[in-house]
Amino acid sequence: MNSPQLVTDIAAIIAMSAPLVFATMGIYITERAGVINLSVDGAMLLAGMAGFAVALLTSSVVLGFLAASVVGALVAALVAFLGISLRLSQTAVGFVLALLCTDLSSFLGNPYVQQTGPAVAAFPVPGLRDLPVLGRLFFQHDMVIYTSMVIVPLIAWWVYRTRSGLILRGLGERPEALFARGVDVIRARYMAVILGGVLIGIAGAAYTLDLKQGWTYRHIAGTGWIALAIVIFGAWRPWRVLFGCYLFALLQTLASRLQDNTWQIPTQVLQVAPFVIMIVVLAVVNTLGSAEMQTRLQRLPTGLQRILRYITSPAPAALGQPFEQQ
Amino acid sequence: MHVSIRNLHKSFGAVHANNDICVDFAAGQIHGILGENGAGKSTLMKLLSGVYRPDSGTICINDTPVQLGTPRRAIEAGIGMVAQDPVDVPVFTVRDNIACGIHMPATRDLHDQITTWCTRLGFQFAPETVIRTLTVGQRQQVEIVRLLIAGSDVLILDEPTTGITATQIHALFAALRTIVATGKTVLFVTHKLDEVVALCDTVTVFRAGSMVGLQRNMPITQSEMLEAMFGAMTPPQYASAVVATLESPRWTLRNVEFHEQSLRVGPLSYQLPQGAIIGLAGLEGSGQRPFMQLLSGLRVPDAGTIYYDGAPFAYDHPDVVWLPADRLNEGIIGDMSLTEHIRLLQDVLLNDGSTATQKATQLIADYAIKATPDMPLRQLSGGNQQRAMLALIPQHVTGIVLEHPTRGLDAVSALAIWQRLQERRSRGTTVVFFSADLDEVLQYADFVLVFFAGQLSRIIPRNEMHEEQLAALIGGVGFQEVLP
Amino acid sequence: MNVTIRSHMTTIVALGTALLVTAVLLLTSSSDVLHAFAILFWGALTSPSRIADMVMLMSPLLLCAIGLSVSFSAGQYNLGIEGQMTVGGVAAMGLLRMYAEGQAPYLYWLFAIIAGMLMGLVWALLVAALKRYTHVSEIFAGLGLNFVALGASLYLVFGPWKRPGVASMSGTEPLADILWLPTLTGTRLAWLTPIIALVALVVVWRILRQSHWGLQVRACGLSPLASTRMGIPATRRTFQAMALCGALAGLAGALQIIGVYHALVPNVASGIGLMGLLVALLVRADIRFVPVVAFFFAIITSGSIQLPLSLSIDSSISGVLQGLIVLAVIVSRALTKEGQS
Repeated sequence: MNSPQLVTDIAAIIAMSAPLVFATMGIYITERAGVINLSVDGAMLLAGMAGFAVALLTSSVVLGFLAASVVGALVAALVAFLGISLRLSQTAVGFVLALLCTDLSSFLGNPYVQQTGPAVAAFPVPGLRDLPVLGRLFFQHDMVIYTSMVIVPLIAWWVYRTRSGLILRGLGERPEALFARGVDVIRARYMAVILGGVLIGIAGAAYTLDLKQGWTYRHIAGTGWIALAIVIFGAWRPWRVLFGCYLFALLQTLASRLQDNTWQIPTQVLQVAPFVIMIVVLAVVNTLGSAEMQTRLQRLPTGLQRILRYITSPAPAALGQPFEQQ
Repeated sequence: MHVSIRNLHKSFGAVHANNDICVDFAAGQIHGILGENGAGKSTLMKLLSGVYRPDSGTICINDTPVQLGTPRRAIEAGIGMVAQDPVDVPVFTVRDNIACGIHMPATRDLHDQITTWCTRLGFQFAPETVIRTLTVGQRQQVEIVRLLIAGSDVLILDEPTTGITATQIHALFAALRTIVATGKTVLFVTHKLDEVVALCDTVTVFRAGSMVGLQRNMPITQSEMLEAMFGAMTPPQYASAVVATLESPRWTLRNVEFHEQSLRVGPLSYQLPQGAIIGLAGLEGSGQRPFMQLLSGLRVPDAGTIYYDGAPFAYDHPDVVWLPADRLNEGIIGDMSLTEHIRLLQDVLLNDGSTATQKATQLIADYAIKATPDMPLRQLSGGNQQRAMLALIPQHVTGIVLEHPTRGLDAVSALAIWQRLQERRSRGTTVVFFSADLDEVLQYADFVLVFFAGQLSRIIPRNEMHEEQLAALIGGVGFQEVLP
Repeated sequence: MNVTIRSHMTTIVALGTALLVTAVLLLTSSSDVLHAFAILFWGALTSPSRIADMVMLMSPLLLCAIGLSVSFSAGQYNLGIEGQMTVGGVAAMGLLRMYAEGQAPYLYWLFAIIAGMLMGLVWALLVAALKRYTHVSEIFAGLGLNFVALGASLYLVFGPWKRPGVASMSGTEPLADILWLPTLTGTRLAWLTPIIALVALVVVWRILRQSHWGLQVRACGLSPLASTRMGIPATRRTFQAMALCGALAGLAGALQIIGVYHALVPNVASGIGLMGLLVALLVRADIRFVPVVAFFFAIITSGSIQLPLSLSIDSSISGVLQGLIVLAVIVSRALTKEGQS
């Protein structure tokens, strides 16, 4: 593999992870607030379908993205209402909504199957596009991909450097404490979940209007579940979640690369490889993070301990638990 | 700030937790709120801090009626509360814990304000310390600083001295005096008479949801307060310690080592006698929880051996039962009834419903549990759940390990629980319990075992111990003298 | 009594809402909503062969839903059910491929079913082990293993077991006719399948409701900590419940091969496992209602297949309706509970 080929591949990985970045960031915000939104897979399909349909009917990609984020927000609002206000099991609600939205996307998307619609236009950044290597890597994409590159630092700054980000983290750690400090926990959680839903919706449209242009039945089914797994893999830290997205895209690229080569690995095995690796990584990370292992790890030298603790930072303590106002 | 409360009522179902409360709290004073567990003090404080909403009545601040009802409104009205177990975010730093609320100064200024208050009040924690690494006493101090920075003029402290050391109690009292000297109001909720005498300017006594008489200025004598607290009921007497024999010990520990997070304990060698109640005392996290888990067979020691009635002790020993403090999550299955619990404990292939129902009916009568055999235990009150847990202990059990046996229970239920345990003891059962409430340890234990930072005292007979000494020991003062 | 009536009323309102929303959705693609509903609820019952097709769908659905009721009792969201069904089918196919001309098919059926059940069981235990020992939530472990199972069956269909010459999504070379489970005359329904499903229903219902084991499983599902405290081996019970669920899913997969596809197709489960999850969520581990709901869902799904042809409505409306029903019912349950307290 020569060097330009490598650059092209890395640029492709950055591009193909864009929807995953939006989806994982949406999930990240939701889970930081202590809510599990398992509906992501269906919500992305429904939002992607709606985004494509609206863009097709209005010939406006922007309106398409707007529609997708509204759909994502609506599904998230439903999750919030059922999980936060009615205190139903967030797992059950999310799962049912995931299936429901998937079928709904098939049903409502029926007229748009395999139609040719508008897509996000490429937008090489003037001036920067011609930089050697860097230009090809970062500046010859489109607006969606550029946004996916800046959104992670933005969210990391918000969550870790601002007052409202602090409150967001508090919501997922100990909502009672925030309630006692005057925060309207229910409202704040609603806002976080809906904001997360907007990003999940954008992720759906990023597929149908950009990376896998067009609409067919369930054509991105499974990515929502992957996004949920990547957030766990990323241990609820934005940069590591981003790393997880790129890693997954890398694995997929490798799978198709190995297929091109004359290696005797059958296609089907390669296609499931990223999922298997994801489970294995989750298993290793979670095992290292378990209470028993943490105690054993205390015998290791401090430097090593710090690295391991970074790898295994725990889930938000109140994740999935409903908050009950007394 | 002057708080006046007029005709305040609050009920929970059939329980009238606050009945027609009328009282004034003048500015610049420490007001003692005294009463037994379940007397209604905490309810009033939660009404004042906006956690509960009153059914009727008014609360005035500086003669202006205020609508509380949420902590937000209470904070805006200048009222803040430090709960018995501080409600903070364990993974946040002190500064973040203070910052993550409404009406807080900018983060840059926060650092200075925290250090300023710490210096004034004599508290010793840095703004960058993670809450998880602090003791309960220090976390209370953080909460106090938080309320002061939020601009609270009325500070409520709910049973702040439970679970903190004698030294920390002194530091707390000094800080509270400094705070009221600036014209703020402190409401100090407690059930300990000596603390009211030592600290407070006025005292208001609660009994069964109502105020007993009016607020009175200190000093008044402890016996007067006692009479007000308990009325015609005689105050609880310390049970006389039985003489238990060490000849055939129930549990024998030989060079046992274990750990609680980073705390390493041992090697320990102990013999716990038959037919005795052994109270464990210590601050949370001093090693008592893993110790109890060892005795219950829920975990294995890192090293050493445990014997039970002379035989090596194994996991899941049929003669030992563990009753955790978190009854609804760890103790019983909330969605199952007493009958189903009895069926669970039967060792059969197919369940026989009718005998289980009969037995449940029998236990309900024997233990005076307010329930039907088929009612999910979740629907029972805390006291009745605890009774159900005791009732479910099979007759052949000879070792009972309990954590906070009466936490959250009213005085009558607590007494009933202890009567049951004392009956068991008289039949030769060994009862080991941990309670954060030193009074409970001293009242019911025959022997006391003190934990301090992973060290254990020798087994001290109750009658060789008095209250001040125990409070000092859990903080490590004089601990060398009681080592085995 | 009053509470019961109220809860029934709420359920009826919930079902009504689900139907209403579906009707509104149907209006977007057809004006003849009543006709569409008639096909959805009655279309599957209009001819013997259609009834047979409906039963063909209902049998594996029933097996999955029964199994999931067990794993739900143990508090596990076994999203890996589809994979467990798939590997069951793969194992059964593997065994049936060993058939040599002239032998009795009965033994092969028996062994294929046993192989399918064992494989499903192993796949489910893998999920349980990943959760217990590596703390990977059963949801993600299950989903991941679904992909793996799908990959394995795709590999076999396109690789070692492919049709001579052409590999295709339609599956491997069909089994010899003698290995097909006998069908009811004039239909495609292998009559043994619903019988096995009903026997499984009765057996599992008795185990779950009347045996000590079943009570212990429920206790572990409700509170593993409290169960452990009371001396119940919670880990073992959870594993056993998952194993039973996996075995039933594997059984369903094996029966799909012997009785329906007569070949290995890439997607043996084809969404039946997920539908089973909806059924199990709806009946909340109370297995008595499983046959009713499975019957109803099978009717809707079979009926919806006629929709594209007669009214050009997309058949996915059946999934929408099922999802809406489950959602509406769990919401109504929450509302009745709120009303009580």
